[in-house]
Amino acid sequence: MRKAPRTALALGSGAVAAALILSGCAPGANEGGGGGPVSQDEIDKAMTTPTKLTFWTWVPDIENEVKLFEEKYPAIDVKVENVGQGLAHYQKLRSAIEAGEGGPDVAQIEYQYIPSFVLPESLLDLTPYGADDLSGDFVDWAWNQVSPADEVWAIPQDVGPMGNLYREDLLTQAGITEPPATWDDYATAAKAVKDSTGAYISNLGATQAGQMIGFFWQAGVKPFGYDGKETVTIDVNSDEAKQVADYWTGLIQQDLISTDVDFNDEWYQGLASGKYAGWLTAAWGPIFLQGTAEGTSGLWRAAPLPQWEAGQDVSGNWGGSSDAVLADSKNPIAAYELAKFINDDEESAMKLATEQFLFPPQVSVLEDPAFVDQESEFYGGQQVNKLFSEISETVDTDFQWLPFMDYVYSSYEETMGTVIAAKGDISGALDTWQDQLVKYAKDQGFTVK
Amino acid sequence: MSHSPALTAERLSATPPPTHRTSTSRRKQNLAAYLFILPFFVVFIAMLIVPLVYSGYLSLFESKLIGGDVFAGLTNYVRALQDSAFLASLGRMGLFFIIQVPIMLGLALFLALALDSRRARGSKGVRLLVFMPYAVPAVVATLMWGYLYGSDFGPIAQIARAVGFGTPDFLSPANILGSMMNIVTWEFVGYNMIIMYAALRSIPGELYEAAEIDGAGQFRIAWSVKIPAIRPAILLTVIFSIIGTFQLFAEPSLLNVIAPDAITNSFTPNYYAYNLAFINQELNYAAAIAFLLGVFIAIVSYIVQLSTQQRERRERGTA
Repeated sequence: MRKAPRTALALGSGAVAAALILSGCAPGANEGGGGGPVSQDEIDKAMTTPTKLTFWTWVPDIENEVKLFEEKYPAIDVKVENVGQGLAHYQKLRSAIEAGEGGPDVAQIEYQYIPSFVLPESLLDLTPYGADDLSGDFVDWAWNQVSPADEVWAIPQDVGPMGNLYREDLLTQAGITEPPATWDDYATAAKAVKDSTGAYISNLGATQAGQMIGFFWQAGVKPFGYDGKETVTIDVNSDEAKQVADYWTGLIQQDLISTDVDFNDEWYQGLASGKYAGWLTAAWGPIFLQGTAEGTSGLWRAAPLPQWEAGQDVSGNWGGSSDAVLADSKNPIAAYELAKFINDDEESAMKLATEQFLFPPQVSVLEDPAFVDQESEFYGGQQVNKLFSEISETVDTDFQWLPFMDYVYSSYEETMGTVIAAKGDISGALDTWQDQLVKYAKDQGFTVK
Repeated sequence: MSHSPALTAERLSATPPPTHRTSTSRRKQNLAAYLFILPFFVVFIAMLIVPLVYSGYLSLFESKLIGGDVFAGLTNYVRALQDSAFLASLGRMGLFFIIQVPIMLGLALFLALALDSRRARGSKGVRLLVFMPYAVPAVVATLMWGYLYGSDFGPIAQIARAVGFGTPDFLSPANILGSMMNIVTWEFVGYNMIIMYAALRSIPGELYEAAEIDGAGQFRIAWSVKIPAIRPAILLTVIFSIIGTFQLFAEPSLLNVIAPDAITNSFTPNYYAYNLAFINQELNYAAAIAFLLGVFIAIVSYIVQLSTQQRERRERGTA
């Protein structure tokens, strides 16, 4: 009798302990795919076993960085394939995933499309492979893009914190000697520039969702949310978003901002010919512009985005990519090491920044004088990289996407693009956009919050 | 008209009780015939019938990002018939057909008759020149026209400005349909012309002699002899144009790059189906749309064919 309670207690605590062990183990076993964190031995073995990897990316000349990887790991043979850029790339990627074969081990994925591959469980969670340890190597907001919760879905490759590129000569001609600090200043400057030079201070690409979402990002608007499972938050017509929309509607209706479709010949010519006196763009913009408007070298300058409140210092992001490992990869360890090496190895990351001119999320590059102290002739000797490195610090860290951004963008074109092109009321278009997105999400079975 | 020798032989062999020899040779012939068409049927079934049946099967399901595939019966079809975007795209193409096809075929017929009259000099060169756009891939053609249409730096706009007409905006939402009609006309006039011209060349010369003896001039010959004689060829080009119009894809898809504000996702039915499948990820609904489009094209083609046949019959009756 005396013994009984003890045994019961012992049994009970034993059961609890067992339960704890079981519950502690189970998630690890699930996440790892092969059981728990991957050990150094397993990594060494994988990296010395002859392996063939396929890498889908549209970064030009990435073979140079891949070569560094292959020099470090001679057993691994990487085949780089460019299957198209953006949508074409994703369509092929989805088809390959659906078919269960022919897909790559590592694929380039822009940040906003990561959730659409997380949803069907197409990406490998990289935490068991040690990806968590890399979080300090990248700027916070970029890391949050690839790891919104506990899992790490990809390794950041490049980013596009937003700034203001402008023609100093045209602004000076209009009597503006300092880049506009606030959006109010920007509106005043727009009028002065238009009156004295006939140029638009900048162009708002009618169908360019990326740019508008970047402005939302800067204004602290949180239009999208996704819990990684079945619940999405859609709030593109919030009051803050409408404030941004009304600002642009005003400028457009006064004919101070043009709404030409961007990234086509007309628009390139507009940048080169001084039709636009500026371009509100991302950190990849400066180099892009240099190639587009060669004839105006030395006339351009870079500045941070105008702010909504004087004294504020915030920015948004437009564009950028990461490299993810597909869940179907037969060689997940080697694939992870490739994605990691390309973006985390200092030499490789530096090459990406200085040879392919991808704007880096890697802290090591952002702090390297060889990168930030570069002076650019096109921008009158300005240290453009340094400026954008500083801007990168000011990007809001908490911005999410929906798991169906293809549809979001195409719906933007339909609802917002047509209204912006027709110089209509952008706020009203936000409502239509919101309705379309909510309807689509519900039709697709999501819970909409 | 006399029977062809083959037909006569068959008739003869059919009346008397078939002898052993002819029946084996016929069997051999049949076997050979089947063997000859076998490769075609294999490819036809594998590449056309099977995918068609499969997409018909697909169209009966509903696939969601959350929840996966569910059998849905005819839900997709019901939805399509109520889908204003789909119906509007059909209407847009109907308008396209009514305006663009008569212009294109009229132009093609005029050119074919002009070449056939042999009065025009350098007809070979002209024939090649008119036909050339057809050899240019639609992708290249659309990109080229996109440049020509450009409002700031396009040559047409520059000339218009120099002359003082202001800047025509070919790529605005209001004008894009017309601009596309122009591209398609440019592309396919030559193709249709060649079909008509070939038909014209096969008209026996005696008919012209007879008409000339009756005192008909060139215009009268063209109107009363040539055009009626090539009516089947013209009907063929009409049917091809119906199919071509309702299946327009490359042009809107490429113009969308240049003028995304003017080309909606559902600008043409085919382009809509593509966007549904690859952007909205509604593959099953896209299959239903594609199926309905096919049925729609078949019906329109059949109506056109039927009405011309009836007209022909009526004319024969009165003649």
